Amino acid sequence: MEIEPVIGLEIHTELSTQSKMFCSCSTRFGSSPNTQVCPVCLGLPGVLPVVNEEAVRIGIKTCLALNCKINKYTRFDRKNYYYPDLPKNYQISQQYIPIGVDGWVEFEVGEEVKRVRIHNIHLEEDAGKNVHEEGKNFSLVDLNRAGIPLLEIVTYPDMHSMEEVNSFMNELRNILIYIGASNCKMEEGHLRFEANVSVRRKGDEELGPKVEMKNLNSFRSVLQALEYEIERQGARLRRGEPIYQETRLWNEEKGESFTMRFKEEAQDYRYFPEPDIPPLEIGKTWIEEIKATLPELPLKKKKRFIEEYGLSKKEAGILVEEKEISCFFEEVVKICPQPRLVVNWIMGPLMRELNERGLTIGESKLTATKLARLLEMVKENLITQTNAKYCLHEIFDSGEEPERIVEKRGWKQVTDVEEIEKMVREAIQKNPRAVEDINKGKKTAFGFLIGQVMKLSQGKANPGKVREILERELGKC
Amino acid sequence: MSKLSFLPAHVLSEKVRKGELSFSDITTEVIAQLEAKDKSINAYISRRLEAALEEAKSLDESLAKGEDLPSLAGIPLAVKDNICTRGFLTTCASKILYNFVPPYNATVVEKIKKEKMIIIGKTNMDEFAMGSSTENSYFGTTHNPWDYQRVPGGSSGGSTAAVAAGEAIMALGSDTGGSIRQPASFCSVTGLKPTYGRVSRYGLVAFASSLDQIGPIARDVQDAYLLLKIIGGYDPCDSTSLPLPLPEEQLTGKVKGKILGLPKEYLSEGIDPKVKEIVEKAIKVWEEMGCVIKEITLPHTKYSVATYYIVAPCEASSNLARYDGVQYGFRNPEYTITGQNPVIDMMEETRDQGFGSEVKRRIMLGTFTLSHGYFEAYYLKAQKVRTLIKEDFEKAFQSCDFIVTPVSPTPPFKIGEKVSDPLKMYLSDIFTIPVNLAGLPAISIPGGFTEQNLPVGVQIIGKPLDEYGILNLGFAFQEATDFHKRTPHGN
Amino acid sequence: MKSNILSEKDIEKVGKLSRLKLTPEEKELYLKQLSSILEFMEQLKELNTEEVLPTFYPLDLKSVWRKDCVTSSLSQEEALDNAPAKERGYFKVPRIIE
Repeated sequence: MEIEPVIGLEIHTELSTQSKMFCSCSTRFGSSPNTQVCPVCLGLPGVLPVVNEEAVRIGIKTCLALNCKINKYTRFDRKNYYYPDLPKNYQISQQYIPIGVDGWVEFEVGEEVKRVRIHNIHLEEDAGKNVHEEGKNFSLVDLNRAGIPLLEIVTYPDMHSMEEVNSFMNELRNILIYIGASNCKMEEGHLRFEANVSVRRKGDEELGPKVEMKNLNSFRSVLQALEYEIERQGARLRRGEPIYQETRLWNEEKGESFTMRFKEEAQDYRYFPEPDIPPLEIGKTWIEEIKATLPELPLKKKKRFIEEYGLSKKEAGILVEEKEISCFFEEVVKICPQPRLVVNWIMGPLMRELNERGLTIGESKLTATKLARLLEMVKENLITQTNAKYCLHEIFDSGEEPERIVEKRGWKQVTDVEEIEKMVREAIQKNPRAVEDINKGKKTAFGFLIGQVMKLSQGKANPGKVREILERELGKC
Repeated sequence: MSKLSFLPAHVLSEKVRKGELSFSDITTEVIAQLEAKDKSINAYISRRLEAALEEAKSLDESLAKGEDLPSLAGIPLAVKDNICTRGFLTTCASKILYNFVPPYNATVVEKIKKEKMIIIGKTNMDEFAMGSSTENSYFGTTHNPWDYQRVPGGSSGGSTAAVAAGEAIMALGSDTGGSIRQPASFCSVTGLKPTYGRVSRYGLVAFASSLDQIGPIARDVQDAYLLLKIIGGYDPCDSTSLPLPLPEEQLTGKVKGKILGLPKEYLSEGIDPKVKEIVEKAIKVWEEMGCVIKEITLPHTKYSVATYYIVAPCEASSNLARYDGVQYGFRNPEYTITGQNPVIDMMEETRDQGFGSEVKRRIMLGTFTLSHGYFEAYYLKAQKVRTLIKEDFEKAFQSCDFIVTPVSPTPPFKIGEKVSDPLKMYLSDIFTIPVNLAGLPAISIPGGFTEQNLPVGVQIIGKPLDEYGILNLGFAFQEATDFHKRTPHGN
Repeated sequence: MKSNILSEKDIEKVGKLSRLKLTPEEKELYLKQLSSILEFMEQLKELNTEEVLPTFYPLDLKSVWRKDCVTSSLSQEEALDNAPAKERGYFKVPRIIE
């Protein structure tokens, strides 16, 4: 029996605002416990929330990027549940009239373009963190994270394979970074997931009982948890055993999921409109204003790179994978209009340097202008490939201008025919054995002679010219 | 002549400016009164008498140096114990907050401090402002200064009793369903509930967010007006505060030609005949001044209690969820581990022991009516009926300037008389509740006394933002009567 | 007499949802009191409110928000000052079973 999984995702993303959703505490990551808290995010008696405008703006921008309809009138609701990391024991969220509804994301899976529909996007506040230490009879609570703005993106159950889920998550992450909604740093918990999954016989219309999976904090855990769950449900379906509607918790270390609660014990969140926050009216002008700031999204950019620069799908894909790299590419090409040369250098030496140094382009000392000027020299044969790579390395070290480095190091390539002729003659004179070997038909000896010429030039002679002249001179012998 | 502690702030301030009195004299007198009376009345939960006297002395020095002081500087003020004071106990009269010291000031407290008023202490109340008698306090019942056997009303009963007994010159209260006006009526002081949004709620421990409002409690209308102008105004920390200026006009007492609406539903059965008589007499007073009296109708009045007791407990059940023993306040140290989740055991026992029975009743009521499957039948339905109640007022105000009603159907009742029947207690809020549901301003002014010398107040309800209007109508009444000047016997 | 608005099971459930560990006496008392209060609420059913919009907000305010600016927070000491139990800068609670 062929099993088809039906998968939907809920994505919680921490927004890249300076301050929290409802107070002016910093959203910085990694501070000492309970140092980025105030009466409001601690939920002390008497405090009131005040909405962060920037979070709303980012919410609208995300809705636009994900093709959602924006509710002109939206409001906050209270979601009531008790948890020690939730200071008020309710979360301010949006249940009834979320900021955006009915959108979609397109992404590539292999050669195909797939579409996952977005059910809704809503704003809410994050909870704090509970710390459990092994073997202790207590837990600890840090509320620095409490109140950081979150955007929850809820998809329809439109995915049917791991590849689709993986590509969707990557595309969504990319979009969020492109539009500046979130830094999407997984290690800082900027993206967290919940998945719902059911299985059915392939071809069946009806959906199986839905299982919700919680505590998925990385792409890897989403994929592992789904794989585990599909396997589990599939096996039950094959054996004709019932599948229960339930919520399961993923245990990363054990690589297993456990029942958290069954449907009958479903949480009763007692949602009602948040009386402390007047509703929001999202005006047309504001939406238009935000629309104008939307950058080109990754999939579109990829298509354009292929068409405009003649890049391969793979090359375009790699460049677009990171917004910064793709922008850098275009800046370089603007100055040095050799897209093939530029893409090769970016994907090769440049990415190697970045990886080795653990930097992003923005953090490094390389600028688009510097790389463009270096590549201009490469193109004009003013420097050898090898020396150009050394030069790039030095730019990363010192940030110096490429011309200055080449000058200083004396890497300027010798293309002057007379000068090369002189060196070729010298090499022939000094290596009569090699010349003999060549005449006997030993091809390796030719390479040896080229090497000798290069050595005489201290690596600066243009290898093409050397070959050309050497051939000519040998012919004279 | 009355004792200093029974004079209104505007008179005291003038005397100080004239050099007839010092700030220290006033505070000393108030403290003396407090020490003499509060053992019997129990108006205060916590006091800061020494600090108050220090502040008074320092203000005297400032004045001597010729410094310019704000108009209510040096006036001893009592603050209801659900308003946060930095570094000073704020309990909401609940065991669950018995030791809570806020690290911040409510906006109104910041304003009071800027005005250089002197906080004498924090006053008793019904726990979390839930009640109409100040009997629901972890710190014991407050007694009515006019008759110790009787309740002072509630929930701001400590604040009104303190002012009535000369234990403070003015006070701050909060009003969610009548909690300033009803105790003001029971204690014969002036209590104003401003338009929703007039006074910042930041730092007022929330009971029902869409109904709560802080307001002044004072000896007379002039003082209430002065205090409103200090505590009111837009506050960026409260998204529901109105970005509008406060009224500035002088009280004139000119009310000729004003139309007073008398809702026929309010003077019907279920009301004590003496209360009815006092309200009718008050109306006569205004009629003689040239006011026009008109019968109006507020047809949905009878639904207001049910509406209120759905909306308020729903919001309360959520607002009070935060008291769980994790971050602050009481934590039951001896919770029993039932085997499920130790932290849940701790929370459940903390809450069960930390809250009093009225609070628990309302939390449960609100939780039930919000729970799955009931939202539409209760919360949504009530908020719709609330619209009808609001519209009643809008229609009525098309044909009158003010609405005059009783504050409470009865004079102050005996301690213990209603505690066993919550519904009966709820029903006594019938005249004050509609005002909160509609977000309107209303005032209770001393209207007269029963044969037993028990105070009875009269309520004036105004159009949205017309605090000035109701204060001025009250002022006119006050100019023609002396009820507001009477003090409890034995003083 | 209709007193089936609320059952013992409801009280049990509401107690759990409210995080209140009620004693048997409390359960009995609240069942009685809440039932009579809820019966009283039944009167709202008399009103036809199909066409009526709810008043969730007493004022007509819209879109109240603040700029995205950071201001100073409380110190850790202030934040934990009221805590019933604390340790190493954290609030300390009985073991949470996730």
